[in-house]
Amino acid sequence: MTATMRPTPSACPACSAAPAAEAMAQMDAPKEARIALSVPAVHCAACISTVESELAKVPGVQSARVNLTLKRAQIEADPSVMPDDLIGALERVGYEAFELDAGALAATQTDKAGRDLLMRLAVAGFASMNVMLLSVSVWAGAEDATRDMFHWISAAITLPTIAFSGVPFFKSAWGALKHKRLNMDVPIVLAISLALVTSLWETSLSGHHAYFDAALTLTFFLLAGRYLDYRTRAIARSAAEELAALEVPRAILIRNGEEKQVPVAEVSVGDMILVRPGGRMPVDGEIVEGMSEIDRSLLTGETVPVVAQPGQGVSAGEVNLTGPLVIRATAVGKDTSLHRMADLVAIAESGRSRYTSLADSAAKLYAPGVHILSALSFVGWWLYTYDTRTALNIAAAVLIITCPCALGLAVPAVTTAASGRLFRKGMLIKHATALERLAQVDTVVFDKTGTLTAGTPELTNLGDHTTRDMEIALALAEGSSHPLSMSLSKAAREAGVKPARVDDIREVPGYGTEGSWKGTRVRLGRAAWVGAESRAETAAWLAVGGDAPVAFTFTDRLRAGAEEAVKSLLDAGKDVILISGDATRAVEALANRLGIRQWMAEALPTDKAARIKALSDQGKHVLMVGDGLNDTAALAAAHVSISPASALDAARVASDIVLLGSDLSPINEALDTAKSATRRIRENFQIATAYNVIAVPIAVIGLATPLVAALAMSTSSIIVSLNALRLR
Amino acid sequence: MEVLSYLIPISLVLGGVGLLAFIYTVRSNQYDDPDGNSQRILSGEWDDHPKP
Repeated sequence: MTATMRPTPSACPACSAAPAAEAMAQMDAPKEARIALSVPAVHCAACISTVESELAKVPGVQSARVNLTLKRAQIEADPSVMPDDLIGALERVGYEAFELDAGALAATQTDKAGRDLLMRLAVAGFASMNVMLLSVSVWAGAEDATRDMFHWISAAITLPTIAFSGVPFFKSAWGALKHKRLNMDVPIVLAISLALVTSLWETSLSGHHAYFDAALTLTFFLLAGRYLDYRTRAIARSAAEELAALEVPRAILIRNGEEKQVPVAEVSVGDMILVRPGGRMPVDGEIVEGMSEIDRSLLTGETVPVVAQPGQGVSAGEVNLTGPLVIRATAVGKDTSLHRMADLVAIAESGRSRYTSLADSAAKLYAPGVHILSALSFVGWWLYTYDTRTALNIAAAVLIITCPCALGLAVPAVTTAASGRLFRKGMLIKHATALERLAQVDTVVFDKTGTLTAGTPELTNLGDHTTRDMEIALALAEGSSHPLSMSLSKAAREAGVKPARVDDIREVPGYGTEGSWKGTRVRLGRAAWVGAESRAETAAWLAVGGDAPVAFTFTDRLRAGAEEAVKSLLDAGKDVILISGDATRAVEALANRLGIRQWMAEALPTDKAARIKALSDQGKHVLMVGDGLNDTAALAAAHVSISPASALDAARVASDIVLLGSDLSPINEALDTAKSATRRIRENFQIATAYNVIAVPIAVIGLATPLVAALAMSTSSIIVSLNALRLR
Repeated sequence: MEVLSYLIPISLVLGGVGLLAFIYTVRSNQYDDPDGNSQRILSGEWDDHPKP
């Protein structure tokens, strides 16, 4: 702040008039901007080099590096380089790019938990290799002092390794025991510690069998399963964060009459914000200046734009269509209506935890079973031999043999393979049990606006107008950037219409465009403005002088793949239902077009959620596909939910799966993949059970040597992993 | 059998070296972009004078 206090002998008078701006400029200057762009289209070596060299050509860029796994480009550049320049440069070579909020991404850059797990996995791996080397010598016939020495060296490696690598299991098991529950980790920890204790005891008595290698490989395999599981979720999380980072990263702040782009996080209540046409409201506010129309479809599902004028309130997430608006922020960040809605979702979501995953239900059967079995063999052998050492050895062998190596890998290996497959198809699995729930789906509920339709209008009655009207309408439409005008001019141009000569075209924000054609006034815009009766469907009206106004009607364009998705779902025998907040006519037309027999229009957000609840109560497993804020409650209430990437943040948070592309057709494929994934998980459980049925009796009758344990465990783990890989 | 007295330390040291090398690769972000690495090997643009 000293910079602002010091009298500046600056040559520029404006600087002393706006000292704050100068201080900001000074603060920004030494920093190098680090820009992150999402480039979804990169997929090959040639793409990488094109993108990197194209970015490097932009003046001021120091370095650019593409990360293909995350489909992201990191750019180091001078502060003068604006992200828009880079996006433009990429668009010229045919790559769509979006700016990402560097702040929201920071968390994923240093993936601490993942590294920690990988480190423990590596230590366990290297230690088990060394110990296995010594164990093989013992199995090969090392005897007496040599064998004892090998055992002691193994112990010296194993104990510190387990102390380091086993921490995740110890923590989880302790957490479960503290709450008086049993999870998969309790038998694991018991097996590992019992194996270590008996092996140390045996070694000190120069015994033949030590299970150091088993304890280590067990830790290694289980950590591998845990790491796979973590990776799948981390990729989903980082992509989800990327989507969050896409959302309105900047706002244009008006301070002391100057415009300045700032991150939305820096906007405070009372600030004046400029929202240009096409921009999304970054915060809740009140319009101070300007006339326009706003599109509220993401929040309410209505497709018809609403007039916006000074004094009117706007909510974050609404899109400004025609004229620039200045709004005064009334609520920012967590207080915006958008975030408050998201909080409601969190409450609805807690209901979903009722679903127990296959792994959890397996653990519930498994953990007590193993403990009882091992305790029984200890008691049995003790009664038979009255020898604690033998009984303890056998109890440890039972625990090690039954230890859920295969079970620990059964689910993560399959979900990793399935999520990878769906990710390549453009779907992001956010929730761990989403695949299992998706496999049960029998009813699919779609939202209309923004989900089945792309949210961009399409002219429907092109042929109904006289050539004269078409030509005038085209001329007027080209003078505006309103979505209806753009769609009208695109359709007219494609039909070969030439614009008429219209002079003095001017846009009246919030109403339409007007001009003069051969001396008569012509207007294209809202019904009331041109003097017509308004209709339920979306329409733009053209009035030529005193003639009766004519309507250009529009319908929402279907999203790519919507027809295929609905058709294949119907073919697969699923119930497809359309529930929308839009007007009855629009919904009915779309339902007929897609062949959906059950539909519901003008539904309030609570109606949607209630309908889904009613379906669930009938025993149906509902998949909800939606994108708007009005869908969030329904998304959270459904058995499983999908939202497109263009959806609002709150809707994406509420859904289990995010569609990354704009195509809807992968939905049916996802259902198939989910089904086969669940089948693989069950198969893997069967394999693990079959293995236990063979191995357990061998352990109980005391025939399990460390060699048998090592072979049996590795084989079952490898079989389970290979079975999972069949999904790719 | 006295061969063991130096073979075992050697095997332990080699294992340790492998572990250290792995830790180094993790620390220097070499697993951040596996897909990109597999594609970059095909790129014809290489740098004869990499930065130190």
